[in-house]
Amino acid sequence: MRVDAAKASPLAVAPGRRAVARFLANPTTLIGIILCTLVVLSAVLAPLIAPHDPIEQNVVEQLKPPTREFPLGTDYFGRDVLSRILWGGRISLIVSLSAIAGAILVGGAIGMISGYVGGLLDTVVMRVMDVLLSFPSLILGLIVVALLGPDLANLIVAIGLTAIAPFARIARAPVLALKERAFVEAGRALGFSHLRILFVHILPNIVSEVLVMGSLWMATAVRTEASLSFIGLGVKPPTPTWGGMMRDGFENILDAPWLSIFPGIAILLLMLGLNMVGDGLRDAADPKLRTE
Amino acid sequence: MKPLLEVEGLVKHFTVTRGFPRPVTTTIRAVDGVSFAVRRGEAYGLVGESGCGKSTVARAVLRLIEPDAGAVRFDGVDVRRARGEALARLRRRMQIIFQDPYSSLNPRRTIGQALIEPLRVHGIASGRAARDRAAALLDEVGMPASALDRYPHEFSGGQRQRIGIARALAVEPELLIADEPVSALDVSVQAQVLLLLRDLQRRRNLAFVFVSHDLGVVRWFCDRVAVMYLGRIVEEGSVDDVFAAPLHPYARMLRDASPVPDPSGRGALPRIVGEIPSAANPPAGCHFHPRCPEAGDACRAAYPPWRRRGERGAACVLV
Repeated sequence: MRVDAAKASPLAVAPGRRAVARFLANPTTLIGIILCTLVVLSAVLAPLIAPHDPIEQNVVEQLKPPTREFPLGTDYFGRDVLSRILWGGRISLIVSLSAIAGAILVGGAIGMISGYVGGLLDTVVMRVMDVLLSFPSLILGLIVVALLGPDLANLIVAIGLTAIAPFARIARAPVLALKERAFVEAGRALGFSHLRILFVHILPNIVSEVLVMGSLWMATAVRTEASLSFIGLGVKPPTPTWGGMMRDGFENILDAPWLSIFPGIAILLLMLGLNMVGDGLRDAADPKLRTE
Repeated sequence: MKPLLEVEGLVKHFTVTRGFPRPVTTTIRAVDGVSFAVRRGEAYGLVGESGCGKSTVARAVLRLIEPDAGAVRFDGVDVRRARGEALARLRRRMQIIFQDPYSSLNPRRTIGQALIEPLRVHGIASGRAARDRAAALLDEVGMPASALDRYPHEFSGGQRQRIGIARALAVEPELLIADEPVSALDVSVQAQVLLLLRDLQRRRNLAFVFVSHDLGVVRWFCDRVAVMYLGRIVEEGSVDDVFAAPLHPYARMLRDASPVPDPSGRGALPRIVGEIPSAANPPAGCHFHPRCPEAGDACRAAYPPWRRRGERGAACVLV
């Protein structure tokens, strides 16, 4: 039985470390990580690597197809599409990251407390969340931006609001199960405060589920941001955004299709990467859910 | 001598509302007037079938479930009135160990964290001293100090149960409420854990409320025992008396139904009549009368009063 003991030794590693190993062993995840890293790096390094200024107009170079100097062509104002895509990634990432981070904090707290307290509070809070959920996220974002006015902060608030309800649900469900576990009762018997039980004992057990949904919802946030920019409710021009670039390109879609295609591909790659990372996280967090 | 724990007329009803559009509310009388007292250092058993309310009694005593009525006094202090600090102090003095060793430990926290946390919260020890204390607690329950940095999933059910016991001991309680502490374990492991509990009881002069459906275990571990049926105690007395000559027909039925080491020693075959009725709708009169071989008209009319016989007692007209 010595062999068994040796085989069992990976169990001695903390559960977190095994999950990380599982996460990295999955090829889909790896591609996802590469895609996301690519987008993040290009956005962060945009000032250094962008070959041209993303905003300065140069009418002489108007609507050039991809060339050596302009690898992805130029738009109606003669601006380099590649440079604009690199800079535009910043808006997509800032908006989706801040919106989802905010939604996780606010929605997660609402869901956890609602589920832990239970009773009437839980019923009322979750019905309010149901109302929020009943709006398609684009419509909800649209309403909020229309009310607050289009700028970066309002965009983040609008998209964050659309994700609060889903995160409240995601955080609440495991809390309902966890609060019935004996270790929570043991904590109460040991005189721990409700805050301690909630944040020290329950929270670490739901983090993985929430993070998985976080990465998947970030993809949705990227799409919502692009959609709002596309219909002109995003960050104002001339700041480059992928959705805005696609919309601008539509006016010349027949003469200069690269104007819409390349920002579209950028959106696709980022969403694909986020979804792949999310799937990988989910498999790593719970190997039982893994599809055979 | 004053008892350590006194429970008087404890009541806990659960209500379930179900149905639409005309919701129907059912009241489940899980605990319906239970009284008992446990002396310092004494092991007091609560036995009965599943659903008779014994675990609810255990939790209501600690106020893990708020009782609806009745009094719980611990060392003269009213447990039900305690708030905040006072309640925390009381809870330090009585602890609980659970049936399921798999859900009783937080999977994300090491054994060390689980044992040190109560020490820190109650200001018993911190830092290096807390770690040493945690190691000493592990040693007391027969686990190596190397367990401190490991996670619950690395241990077997029996080992986890020992860790759960160590955690309960961390705050130095005077009373341990053991809710079916060995029924989830293999028989060989049961014996080890029971020996550990008895050892701790003697060494620390612990009082026990020992909830179990296993009469053999209760017989071996407890000094006195109460037999519960549908939320009420139907018989109470010393373990020897109750098991040797049960007064209540239900206690007799339970005793006869439990396995004995030597089958030739068994008298009449077990008389098991019917199922335990629902606590939502207990029979009128004596709750046991539909299953009782000796039930008469009086049993159907009214719940029999408690009758004493020296140190023991039972709720039955035949006593």
